[in-house]
Amino acid sequence: MLQSVSDFLVITKRQLLQMIRIPEVLIFATIQPAMFVLLFRYVFGGAIDSGVEGGYVQLLMPGIFVQTVAFTLAATAVGLAADMQKGLIDRFRSLPISRSAVVIGRTVGDTLQNVVTLIVMGLVGFLVGWRPSSGPVKIFLGFLFLLAFGYSMSWIGVIIGLSVREERVAQNLVFMTVFPLTFLSNAFAPTTGMPKILQYFAEWNPVSTMVAACRELFGTENVFGATANSWPSQNPILMSLIYMFLLVAIFAPISVRKYVKVSK
Amino acid sequence: MKSIIAHELLKTYDKGAVKALDGLSLEVEEGTVLGLLGPNGSGKTTTVRVLATLLTPDSGSAIVAGIDVLKHPDEVRKVIGLSGQYAALDETLTGWDNLTMFGRLYHLNSSSAKKRAEELLEKFSLTDAARRPIKTYSGGMRRRLDLAASLIVKPKVLFLDEPTTGLDPRGRMEMWGVIDELVKGGVTLLLTTQYLEEADHLADSIAVIDSGKVIARGTADELKNQVGGERLEITVEENQITEATRLVEQVSGAKPSVDPGIRKISAPVSNGSASLIQVLRLLDEAKIHPLDIGLKRPSLDDVFISLTGHVAEVVVEPEVGGKNAAKRK
Repeated sequence: MLQSVSDFLVITKRQLLQMIRIPEVLIFATIQPAMFVLLFRYVFGGAIDSGVEGGYVQLLMPGIFVQTVAFTLAATAVGLAADMQKGLIDRFRSLPISRSAVVIGRTVGDTLQNVVTLIVMGLVGFLVGWRPSSGPVKIFLGFLFLLAFGYSMSWIGVIIGLSVREERVAQNLVFMTVFPLTFLSNAFAPTTGMPKILQYFAEWNPVSTMVAACRELFGTENVFGATANSWPSQNPILMSLIYMFLLVAIFAPISVRKYVKVSK
Repeated sequence: MKSIIAHELLKTYDKGAVKALDGLSLEVEEGTVLGLLGPNGSGKTTTVRVLATLLTPDSGSAIVAGIDVLKHPDEVRKVIGLSGQYAALDETLTGWDNLTMFGRLYHLNSSSAKKRAEELLEKFSLTDAARRPIKTYSGGMRRRLDLAASLIVKPKVLFLDEPTTGLDPRGRMEMWGVIDELVKGGVTLLLTTQYLEEADHLADSIAVIDSGKVIARGTADELKNQVGGERLEITVEENQITEATRLVEQVSGAKPSVDPGIRKISAPVSNGSASLIQVLRLLDEAKIHPLDIGLKRPSLDDVFISLTGHVAEVVVEPEVGGKNAAKRK
């Protein structure tokens, strides 16, 4: 047991080392969401009448946070596909390490990267007027929630990465699925404008429940959601927890099985 | 004592349509080197992957260092080293980072992992490059580091899958030197190659593999003898072919084969140099001056052709063949 923990920590450490050896990756991974903050804040912020105290940026920040951590899936998928392609996964599989070490190490490593990204984004948000009003404990919980969501999404990335085996394919596949998912939600605009059927989809969308949960935890009224009055939109924290639990409960065992059998 | 025993390994893909391994059996004596020689897609890599616990065969059994590969793969992983066709390293990390990481994954403690990394870098002449990211390494350096990574715990059995494929001649010579050193250290080595001269140079015995099974085995000399002894080859002017052929037949006793295109006559001879002198004298008497004349021992290429009916394809590109191979970069 202790051995398994040390195994996955070695894999996680490898990723942190990568961050140090090629800081550009982390820098770009952070610049992109920071740029989104600025673009949405100043391009849409003026046009969208938020109706909440402190303006659009209060609603925007939880949206961008969730979008960013949802993309952890991409980091995991692309990273693992690259390792597959280079034969590194084969080498790991030929070592006397626990069967889950590589995938757990990867998901934890990607989550640690999120810590850095979220801090930078939070600071950029603060500079452009984001003021969470719920007090330190809830704010902290909000960020913890975000990390947990990113972690559970990461497990989908494991399966994608081990299945497609090619960095570029993984990249395209992930962007084609995660982008629509983050936009068919309450993250950036009210769902009111959508056709009723899409409103329901948007409100059941885990991205929406997460955004709604974070708005609650950061102390902003979620005026962009709950237009269709579905259950998840009214119980976003609980629903998000259920989603996260389901993601890990379903995808983690499948991922480990896939890893054990995967063959280049 | 046998260090590797593979028995009747069968591995099929696409519901049996493609047989990667078709009842392959082989044995390697402890402390010796077996060269697994075969063309692209013949099943070399699949064999290594099964023995190194990466792939489960449909049927058959395998024992490595006395441990059943299918029943106790975790135990096998503790005593083997594997270096695949492509340097399987983290390219963004340095050589040092890679070796210490693998050391930790072999459950060395932090200081032993560092010490071992240091030793291996030294041994493989990579100390100067230790702090540079792998992506700045040459192909030969990557292969050496990859090999170093498979030696961290001094494996009892080492698998090298085409260790020199894709290397330039200098890189290949360096790699041969390194492997020679290892073998002197007493490791049991299974090495796959599509280079016939490589098997000849490095291996104690050779198993020729084609279409997923071993079709011949023995030492390089035994395999050469299996094809036949020496051949006399002469090249003459076009108008002298008939006469020269008659003379060669007289010495050889067998009907020579004639390639009119390159005006070459060749025939098996039993007593090498004596036959050569005899033919030369006869040719001289007949006033035929050969453009070229020589004795040729069969190369492993000849062995291959005579065993498989086709030429061993030596390509620099990675194997394309098996279903898995096709997915490689």
